[in-house]
Amino acid sequence: MTDAALTRTTPARKVRYGSMTADREWALRWSYVFLVIFAAFSLLPPLYMFITSLKTSAEISAATNPWWVFNPTLSNYVALLTEPQFLIFFRNSAVVSVLVVIITMLISIPAAFALSRMRFWGSATLATGVFLTYLVPDTLLFIPLFKMFATFHEWTGIQLLNRWWVLLIVYPTLTVPFCTWIMIGYFASIPKELDEAAIIDGASWVQVLTRIFIPVALPGIIAATIFAFTVSWAQFLYPLAFTTSVDQLVLPVGIITTLIKGDVFNWGQIMTGALLGALPPLIIYAFLMDYYIAGLTAGATKG
Amino acid sequence: MAGVTLRKVVKRYGDVEAVRGIDLDIADEEFVVLVGPSGCGKSTTLRMIAGLEDISDGDIAIDGDVVNDVPPKDRDIAMVFQNYALYPHMTVAENMSFGLRLKRYPKAEIKARVDEAARILDIKELLERKPKALSGGQRQRVAMGRAIVRNPKVFLFDEPLSNLDAKLRVQMRTEIKKVHLKVRTTTVYVTHDQVEAMTLADRVVVMNNGRIEQIGPPNELYHHPRTRFVAGFIGSPAMNFIPARLTETSGALVLHLDGGIVLPVPASRTARYKTYAGQDGLVLGIRPEHVTEAGDGTLGPGIAPFDIGLDVIEPMGHETLVYFTIGGETHCGRVHPDAGAADGQPMRLAADLNHMHLMDAAGVVL
Repeated sequence: MTDAALTRTTPARKVRYGSMTADREWALRWSYVFLVIFAAFSLLPPLYMFITSLKTSAEISAATNPWWVFNPTLSNYVALLTEPQFLIFFRNSAVVSVLVVIITMLISIPAAFALSRMRFWGSATLATGVFLTYLVPDTLLFIPLFKMFATFHEWTGIQLLNRWWVLLIVYPTLTVPFCTWIMIGYFASIPKELDEAAIIDGASWVQVLTRIFIPVALPGIIAATIFAFTVSWAQFLYPLAFTTSVDQLVLPVGIITTLIKGDVFNWGQIMTGALLGALPPLIIYAFLMDYYIAGLTAGATKG
Repeated sequence: MAGVTLRKVVKRYGDVEAVRGIDLDIADEEFVVLVGPSGCGKSTTLRMIAGLEDISDGDIAIDGDVVNDVPPKDRDIAMVFQNYALYPHMTVAENMSFGLRLKRYPKAEIKARVDEAARILDIKELLERKPKALSGGQRQRVAMGRAIVRNPKVFLFDEPLSNLDAKLRVQMRTEIKKVHLKVRTTTVYVTHDQVEAMTLADRVVVMNNGRIEQIGPPNELYHHPRTRFVAGFIGSPAMNFIPARLTETSGALVLHLDGGIVLPVPASRTARYKTYAGQDGLVLGIRPEHVTEAGDGTLGPGIAPFDIGLDVIEPMGHETLVYFTIGGETHCGRVHPDAGAADGQPMRLAADLNHMHLMDAAGVVL
């Protein structure tokens, strides 16, 4: 039989969707409408930044259509990337963020493990306390922290202000509570029999953590890592308050302090700097998203 | 390999006593099954032997050494969990060798032991797979393999078959028995399924409410239960419990049931039951297989006929279960498929009182 004959003998099947499917279709359509609105809302600013970053200062201040580039130029990118200051900011940001992520994980993972698995006096209160700590905003904390650092300097002679590494102490006050909290939740979802089996197999608590919990909870740990990195990378208030010299600044503060001179805003370079600064988190999200979603626990227990 | 001894073991959670003083001696190479309804303390007992729960009172000894304060890893035990508890990020071979690798066994020996266990359990071709690529029965085998490679003194099983479907459960039950015949490790096995208990155990420990009701080989528990709880728990369909009055007339004992049913007690039991004549709250216990069709021929000694209206029948093929009501309770008998039983019809049944049990109001078998 030829293909044509086959097509002819097969009656055209018109699929009638049930009411459930019609409902679903309706819901799907509306969710797309709102997704498009939301995507436009969040993508327009970066688009505007990108357009502006391709303009000269003259074109930015000219009264032309702000959504179009008439004389595109890469001069802003060249200027920033050849500017040693900008590279220092970038390096400071990278070093601070990576170290903060490492410090956060070194504290959060064991803390979450202890709070989710070991029942000790006050463990439940402590777990809630960790979360409450996160609820205290940085805008409330930076003044007392500043005062503490000044007092510390008076007592010990060690200067903590205007040192980039002090951010390694300050940022974890934000990242550790939250990361601990989400990891408590993740660890709690690991069946208790898994650690009991490991303990009977002869594992110590540390081995249960390193050989069972960390591999099994990798998606949760990666989620926490992404969070810690994003928070440290984007943190603005603390570095603004605690660092002042150009060589100690991180990217967000550096861009603002060096590219705004008095009342002169170098918009082209500000936008370029902000765009370049947004790249690393974007890349990290792109690479780790799959892990974020993958469920490694599948098959651990009944099924 | 070694025996396990429990002496007056108690487990308290706050004010609640989950296990109320258990004494149990498990011999070397013995397969002991702890069975009972949920909340009877059987799992807690197992977990105390494993060291996963502290003991509130009493002693537990493995191979003669008291292990009350010995951590699980130093008790030389292996445990199989209800939900398998396989490490999801490791292959089957890695799962099985995890304990040996922690103890830094030489690689060659680890491989030899894993291969041997895989051979016993017939899972050689699965060694490189991850748990999520295994079926329930295969996962259960791997969990057993993980226990076998350790070559421990004691195997502990915590309801290992509960997550499997009925057919696989029967199959794995046989597997477990075969493995025990090959490996011969002392085994403590917890289940709520009396069939598993009967089929697997050298000795069954029936637990209820944190206490041991009776310990014995499966058949002894079945034929000589000491309490009404054990009598009702072991056997399926369960034993019928029928309130009865016991009277004595000129040396012979007679049971009076509701609905005017009168059953003479066999002469062989007269001496045993005589003193209870006239006592209140007596209950006749009789298993469904001892309530059969009366037929046309003469009945043997101790077998008494009675007429009753059937409620429903359940043809099983090789037999038919008949249900009838005495004293407001439904009871069960097992008759031949050709005996003419029908829904809602009267039938003449025969009770084989040579196998009767008589219990007092407190549930003690007399």
